[in-house]
Amino acid sequence: MSDPSGEHGDPAVAFESAKLGVWTFLATEVLLFGALFTAYTVFRIRYPEMFRVEHAKLDRVLGAANTVVLITSSLMVVLGVDAIKRGKARLLEAYFGATILLAGVFLCVKYAEYAAKFHHGIYPRTNLFFSIYFMLTGLHGIHVLLGMGVLSYVIILSRRGRLSASYYTPAEMSGLYWHFVDLVWIYLFPLLYLVG
Amino acid sequence: MEGVGRMEAEGNGRGYLSERGWKSWAFTLDHKRIGAMYLWTTTVFFLIGGVFALLLRLELLSPQARYFSNHTYNVFFTLHGAMMIFLFIIPAIPSGLGNFFIPLHIGARDVAFPRLNLASYWVFAAGFLVIIGSLVAPMDTGWTFYTPYSAKSAAAVTTLSLGIFLIGMSSILTGLNFIVTIHKLRAPGMTWHRLPLFIWGMYSTSIIQVIATPVVGVTFLLLAAERIFGVGFFDPTKGGDPVLFQHFFWFYSHPVVYVMILPAMGIVSEVIPVFSRKPIFGYKAIAYSSVAIALGGFLVWGHHMFTSGMSPLANAIFSLMTFFVAVPTAVKVFNWTATLYRGSITFEAPMLYALTFIFLFIVGGLTGPFLGALATNVQLHDTYFVVAHFHYTMMGGTVMGFLAGLHYWFPKMTGRMLNEKVARVAWALIFVGFNVTFFTMFILGVRGMPRRYAEYLPKFHTENVISTIGSAVLAAGILVMCWNFLQGLRKGAPAPANPWRALSLEWRAASPPETENFPEIPLVTEWPYGYGTPKG
Amino acid sequence: MAHGTGHSRRAGIAVFVALLLLTAVTVLVSYVDLGLWNTVVALLIASVKASLVALFFMHLKGESRLVWGFALFPIVFLALILLGTLSDTMLR
Ligand code: HEM
Ligand SMILES: [Cu+2]
Repeated sequence: MSDPSGEHGDPAVAFESAKLGVWTFLATEVLLFGALFTAYTVFRIRYPEMFRVEHAKLDRVLGAANTVVLITSSLMVVLGVDAIKRGKARLLEAYFGATILLAGVFLCVKYAEYAAKFHHGIYPRTNLFFSIYFMLTGLHGIHVLLGMGVLSYVIILSRRGRLSASYYTPAEMSGLYWHFVDLVWIYLFPLLYLVG
Repeated sequence: MEGVGRMEAEGNGRGYLSERGWKSWAFTLDHKRIGAMYLWTTTVFFLIGGVFALLLRLELLSPQARYFSNHTYNVFFTLHGAMMIFLFIIPAIPSGLGNFFIPLHIGARDVAFPRLNLASYWVFAAGFLVIIGSLVAPMDTGWTFYTPYSAKSAAAVTTLSLGIFLIGMSSILTGLNFIVTIHKLRAPGMTWHRLPLFIWGMYSTSIIQVIATPVVGVTFLLLAAERIFGVGFFDPTKGGDPVLFQHFFWFYSHPVVYVMILPAMGIVSEVIPVFSRKPIFGYKAIAYSSVAIALGGFLVWGHHMFTSGMSPLANAIFSLMTFFVAVPTAVKVFNWTATLYRGSITFEAPMLYALTFIFLFIVGGLTGPFLGALATNVQLHDTYFVVAHFHYTMMGGTVMGFLAGLHYWFPKMTGRMLNEKVARVAWALIFVGFNVTFFTMFILGVRGMPRRYAEYLPKFHTENVISTIGSAVLAAGILVMCWNFLQGLRKGAPAPANPWRALSLEWRAASPPETENFPEIPLVTEWPYGYGTPKG
Repeated sequence: MAHGTGHSRRAGIAVFVALLLLTAVTVLVSYVDLGLWNTVVALLIASVKASLVALFFMHLKGESRLVWGFALFPIVFLALILLGTLSDTMLR
């Protein structure tokens, strides 16, 4: 067992396996959010007027700002993975650190939005639009949190000198996951904030 | 097969069982030990679920609710159903036997992600602990948890939802692990068309686990959110839609019946050729029909909702599709029968259970289209006909396949042989008991006895008494079988590496296998079904 | 395993800029009332953005057919649960 993951004889097989594993996991995630998107569609078709009125209560500008934040964080991940492929562990840590920071910004904005809603007496139980809004963004928020954990773990690995130009599987895989979290938001943002 | 003599190890040591102490189990990364832990756990839940079943049958001895209150009866059938489904039948073959035999079958040392594998067992354990915790206010909603009742019931629905969510996560992680393992870790020469059919069954099963389970996960989250935050997806007073719950629930729960049956079909496809000494007939048809069943299984969920007030178009589509998915299933039955034809059949216990599977599954399968057809469904829906149908497929099908697998692989897993005579006695009791218990339910159903009630009209009395007597015989059979397993475990004769003269790779490992499975990774040059041919 | 190059960094930044532009476009369009077309346009733009992320950030572009299969497979089922459910709820 020579490769750092310690699970396979052949590092190339280990890398390919990890990649397939992550894509399979993402397939699960697609259906996880898929059920909620289905509920969204069902109710949006049934109550177009309610969706039109209620979605206007969301802050488009904050939503757009958060979109930019997430897209930027994705770029940071791309650059971080690129860095470790060139053997630059410190640079990887910096980029992934930036990603975690941006994720924190995203959650703070989200928190501010939630707080404003609660302040105006808007809760998940208020109506179906906000039921869906809170469920979708809540579930997405949990994914952001998990992502922060995973990225931190990669940074720790890197600090311990476990990542290099010849072994960077954890960085690459956590990156795939992070881009997916970004991708989900790319759909959430217009569906909830723009066309409700 | 190439290298049999060289590779066949002697079954004298304790192999993967050598290490002792609880830590050697709780932290093991060995797929065989993890599989064994699943087998023990699920078997315990099978027995507990069985006790609830016997209590139900006890109550049904009399037309009035005599022993238990109506509420207690509701709790019993819910716990019976939920345990049997979520804690026994879904994990038993995939996570138990699958974990143990997938790497052995494909010539690998372990699954692709051993640590994830251990994690999924512990997530499963967390899940069943939470479910046990929910017993403080036991569920009375039926295992289907339909809203709006489940959103209002005073039972611990929220806790139970969380538990099932965890069980689902474990199921997803296991499926993911198997998919990658089968893609990436096959031994040199192990092409897709040389894979044992059990692997094809497990691969198809894993697809369903990965794709369908997240949907039921969210559904239970939404149910919990409805109870905690007042989220209104399924609440008609808030404009929500209770039927949407049923869509989500069955989007998972129909495909999941194939999570139950496909691995069992895989086992039967292994056992039949070994004990008829003939190559499997129509290998590719069986292999591809597994995948076809898994994918087609996603198209028919609506057939559980014909009486829910669903749109007429949806009713028609789902009914039609249901008839189509019956086709690949029938293909398999034909192929098994053709394999048996003019084989040199011997009737050891694994074969008895495999044949029982085919027989009972035909009965269960043929009663399916009655329920899939709109007109008859409206008559039979929620009667004992449905109860009989799904017990014939789940218990007559999956459980018999599972028992076939346990008897077939017992020597490999434990290094010991079972007492064949006792095994046959147990089989006979189970076979007779099963049919007496459940065939009467078809009759009761056609005569209109509704399911899920503690009380019934006096005119149904005789059949119910017969059914309860049958369940006692069935229970006796299962007890004898368990006793036989325990005896075999303690003092069975040492098993040779290949007691059934089978050709698939697991029989080239020692009995029980060493931790690393094979002394060296085997080179595969042939398919595993070359029985009766000169080379076999 | 591919190694990082200046080229891949430039491509990443180009995609990033494209994503920002598309975000701007979709926000601006939302202020114009196009009726049903608002939704169509928003979803189209979102899908273009999602494809960019998948193709370049998740480098699906250079992946084997196997990985493509894994990536596209769930989308079929997403469509299925959506259409199957709508076949009931829209026509009830
Ligand atoms: C020991 C043999 C068994 C007996 C005697 C038995 C008997 C019963 C009875 C009497 C009911 C309740 C019918 C009603 O009132 O509606 C029932 C329900 C059910 N059984 Fe079994 N059963 C057995 C084994 C199994 C097995 C092995 C499985 C699955 C693996 C299973 C799955 C179910 C399910 C899902 C329900 C429906 C529960 C509900 O309505 O929510 N049973 N069974
Ligand atoms: Cu079904």
